[in-house]
Amino acid sequence: MHCYETEYDVIVVGAGHAGCEAALAAARMGCFTLLLTINLDAIALMSCNPAIGGLAKGHLVKEIDALGGEMAKNIDATGIQFRILNTRKGPAVRASRAQADKQLYRLRMKRVLERQDNLLLKQGEVTGLYREGDELRGVDTRSGIRFLGKTVVLTTGTFMRGLIHIGLTNYPGGRAGDLPSVGLSDQLKELGFLVGRLKTGTPARLDGRTIDFARLEAQYGDDPPQPFSFSTERITMPQVPCHIAYTNPRSHDIIRSGLDRSPLYAGVIEGVGPRYCPSIEDKVVRFPDKDRHQTFIEPEGLDTVEVYPSGMSTSLPIDIQIPFYRSIEGLERVEIMRPAYAIEYDYVDPIQLHASLETKLIRNLYHAGQINGTSGYEEAAAQGLMAGINAALRVRGRKPLVLERSDAYIGVMIDDLVTLGTKEPYRMFTSRAEYRLLLREDNADLRLREKGYDIGLVADREFCRFLQKREQIAAEFERIRTRRLQMDAAEQEFLSMHSLADMQKGTTFEQLLRRPEITYAGLTEFDDVSRETPPEVREQVEIQVKYRGYIERQLEQVERSRKLESTQLPAELNYYSINGLTTEVREKLARNRPDTLGQASRIPGVTPAAISVLAIALKSHTWEKQGQ
Amino acid sequence: MYIEDTIAAISTPQGEGGIGIVRISGSQAEAIGHRLFRFRKGGAFVSHFLHYGTVAEPTGGAVIDEAMAVLMRAPHSYTREDVLELHCHGGMLVMERILASALACGARLAEPGEFTRRAFINGRIDLMQAEAVMDVITAKTEAALTLAQRQREGALSVRIDAIRQSLTRSLAFIEASIDFPEDDIGETDTAALRSGVTGALDEIGTLLAGFDEGRILREGISVLIVGKPNAGKSSLLNCLLRDNRAIVTHIPGTTRDIIEETVNLGGLAVRLLDTAGIRHTDDVVEREGIMRALDKIQLADLALFVLDSSQPFGDEDRMILDALGEITTIAVLNKIDLPRRIEFPSKVAQMPHAALSARSGAGVDGLRDLIRATFLHGSALDSREFVALSRARHRDALVSTRSSLRQFLSGLGEGRELETLAIDLRDALFAVGQVTGVTATDDVLDVIFSSFCIGK
Repeated sequence: MHCYETEYDVIVVGAGHAGCEAALAAARMGCFTLLLTINLDAIALMSCNPAIGGLAKGHLVKEIDALGGEMAKNIDATGIQFRILNTRKGPAVRASRAQADKQLYRLRMKRVLERQDNLLLKQGEVTGLYREGDELRGVDTRSGIRFLGKTVVLTTGTFMRGLIHIGLTNYPGGRAGDLPSVGLSDQLKELGFLVGRLKTGTPARLDGRTIDFARLEAQYGDDPPQPFSFSTERITMPQVPCHIAYTNPRSHDIIRSGLDRSPLYAGVIEGVGPRYCPSIEDKVVRFPDKDRHQTFIEPEGLDTVEVYPSGMSTSLPIDIQIPFYRSIEGLERVEIMRPAYAIEYDYVDPIQLHASLETKLIRNLYHAGQINGTSGYEEAAAQGLMAGINAALRVRGRKPLVLERSDAYIGVMIDDLVTLGTKEPYRMFTSRAEYRLLLREDNADLRLREKGYDIGLVADREFCRFLQKREQIAAEFERIRTRRLQMDAAEQEFLSMHSLADMQKGTTFEQLLRRPEITYAGLTEFDDVSRETPPEVREQVEIQVKYRGYIERQLEQVERSRKLESTQLPAELNYYSINGLTTEVREKLARNRPDTLGQASRIPGVTPAAISVLAIALKSHTWEKQGQ
Repeated sequence: MYIEDTIAAISTPQGEGGIGIVRISGSQAEAIGHRLFRFRKGGAFVSHFLHYGTVAEPTGGAVIDEAMAVLMRAPHSYTREDVLELHCHGGMLVMERILASALACGARLAEPGEFTRRAFINGRIDLMQAEAVMDVITAKTEAALTLAQRQREGALSVRIDAIRQSLTRSLAFIEASIDFPEDDIGETDTAALRSGVTGALDEIGTLLAGFDEGRILREGISVLIVGKPNAGKSSLLNCLLRDNRAIVTHIPGTTRDIIEETVNLGGLAVRLLDTAGIRHTDDVVEREGIMRALDKIQLADLALFVLDSSQPFGDEDRMILDALGEITTIAVLNKIDLPRRIEFPSKVAQMPHAALSARSGAGVDGLRDLIRATFLHGSALDSREFVALSRARHRDALVSTRSSLRQFLSGLGEGRELETLAIDLRDALFAVGQVTGVTATDDVLDVIFSSFCIGK
């Protein structure tokens, strides 16, 4: 093994959505960083659908942006359709989604990486960690080069022992067209990591020239398109529609006729697939009463004929795939450009991680993305960002940045992963966040900008703009709280027009705004100052007034759980020596080894009584140590 | 979450007379004190100073008892939190009412040994002391779990589980429409949501009624005998006692004006409280006694309003009738062996009544049946099907479930946003989970994925 002369601060293995954020964060925080990837032409490649965002995922992207990550800026620069989802529901559950030009997306990200100071990109397949004694020193590659690094971030995606299935045919691959990563996961297993197997799938890519779009329903984006990033002024890319098509009973018959050659149903696939992203054969089998399933035909880019039929992933053999896609109305003559496939890969149970994403077994080793059992570009990017930040903080000798469940969806996701582990691909949902009303897309900057600035990821110019916005919001709040109705002619006319004649003189504008029939836009009808308020300030004032009761309720809950969240559980705590815990609770705690009392309280089966006992045991543990 | 809140409990042994103490510990102790305690001479709490006054209910403000109150501000207290102690005349009834009032002000019922646990956690007592407490708690729990009780709780958890599943399902429908707007799953069916939650509310109502019966079976009821002098109160008391060999205790009341006896009415323990006769008087001392009797009325589960049927309904009867207020009352028409001259006002006519002769004993059995029927709504005591919430903790949890569900329903009616409705349902699910100790949010996702075809 040839040892490369340089020692890096941070080595990032893998250049997908997690790896890119990890490498950029570490380099931007001043760490000398190496990004290693199996294929330099596949950086930030969208291996599945050409889209970013959606419910809870859009929230993650905005949080990444607020902390100083790249994903939001990258999609803003390369997105070809932007939509806000759930506009008829409340602000907390509205989310942004965008179609990407897949090639432009990866090329722009590569350009950003290449122009980043402190960051080097190299092609190479990592076959193992290099350790001296118990200490992690770097990584070894297939080509025989050893790279030394103080910290290592593994973002292996679907590559570790990747196995591609099309019907009963299967072959090793990290993604269609790429080699798998072999050896690394065997070493991890030897080191004591719980390595498991997951499965995911992707639909065929179809030739748009062979689709009769006139017979499909077009779905356009919002006009004007709203950007993801708090720093993006406007979207300049041309915008294009998606199209909606449906399967029919004949499609389902075709699917059923191929089930005997489905690797899923024939038992060839051992990995666990995601329930929220089932293959079409799964949908047909599990919901036999449904006579049609919907698909969005998404463009893969402006300059290509390839399209992506969402929700139509399958691992059935190619001779079933062709008639199946052609059974869909409008797709009768469709040509497949790349077949659909399923892929199995190794992951490491995230229960073996600290909330910093550092592994509990090996110091200075961090895991992010699909290696932790998640699925989705956004989930991966968010973990990559946090792993990169925490590796850099370690190099600097600083405490890790851990986001709480009440801070961010990122905090919810990582806490779920490290507290509960996962047995199926984990995807973010808004329903996973107990403080959903506090964790909105619109206030991601208010929640996280300052943290991003403190660790050095948010530029001065961006931070100044944020401070200005925050001050404007505070000032406008103060104004509507103190400004009262005078009952002049303009106000009286406004009130009678909105059937609010019962409003008294002296009512504050805040009280007025709390009425369901009044929006901030309403205020502008008679109040000159509010007309001058910038839209992002209006939005915050309005949301916080309308949601006030619920926001306060959730803040109280956050406050109540603070003590549990901040009480650390020592790594060496022996749960079997603690009086008053049931055997079941002891086993669960010993297996999960939670870092805090808060984490312990979220493990299913750990009762409030057990938490009280634990609190006492914790005291006695300290006491014992002091006594020694 | 289990460490920060304010807890309350009766700190003196149950069933003892003399002085009883309700102890409240936590950040809200002082605030609760101000809502419950009325200083005789006005003023505010001085730490570690014994104040004299009365304890009253927070709403409505009915005085419960005379009391001494002492506030011990953190950290100079047993738990090292703010601790308020209310020292009253004993009697479980009084103590329970004070405790209930403290709970109504936002305190939570303390778990066994919780004051000691807090004392330990906050560094007030050492490990040996704390472990001793833990052992006691463990031992108590094991001993308390008799087979019968386990079976009863098993039956309870089946019903709680059904409520939880129904609420989980409702929440899953809401969450699906929030998290999967692009999937083809249709609009939220508000009618189904309403009927699901209404059904759960009904079941909770039944269980809560069962809790009252459970408590009544365990602790019995207190029955106050009121009536003007010579209406026959003492004869009635003696009559109810005479046929009963099962007298449990004979406790002198906290005042000389009230005599307390306990009898067993076919399995139902009944504490009979005989009050001084109530009549118009200018005598200051006697009036004080009467006022106390009237105060006591509000503490009873049931009042027996004894009327002399041989005399017209008079001013003194009317005064008692007014004092009875909203308390459950049975009108006892005594002296039916004499010619009848009484005519009831309508309010008395609406009460359940029993006609009897305390002197001869005629009709007394009818009164006994009426008392039992008033409290045990037809559920036979020996019924194996009987599911009772036996613990105040369970009741607390269900009451809080109920209030969240009511908020949910009113929000649904007002057309509030789904994400705020989800908060009410989540709170309800969390609270109901406190009864059986099951709180898993992943259940919601399980229901979503098995009910809807999700995935684009």
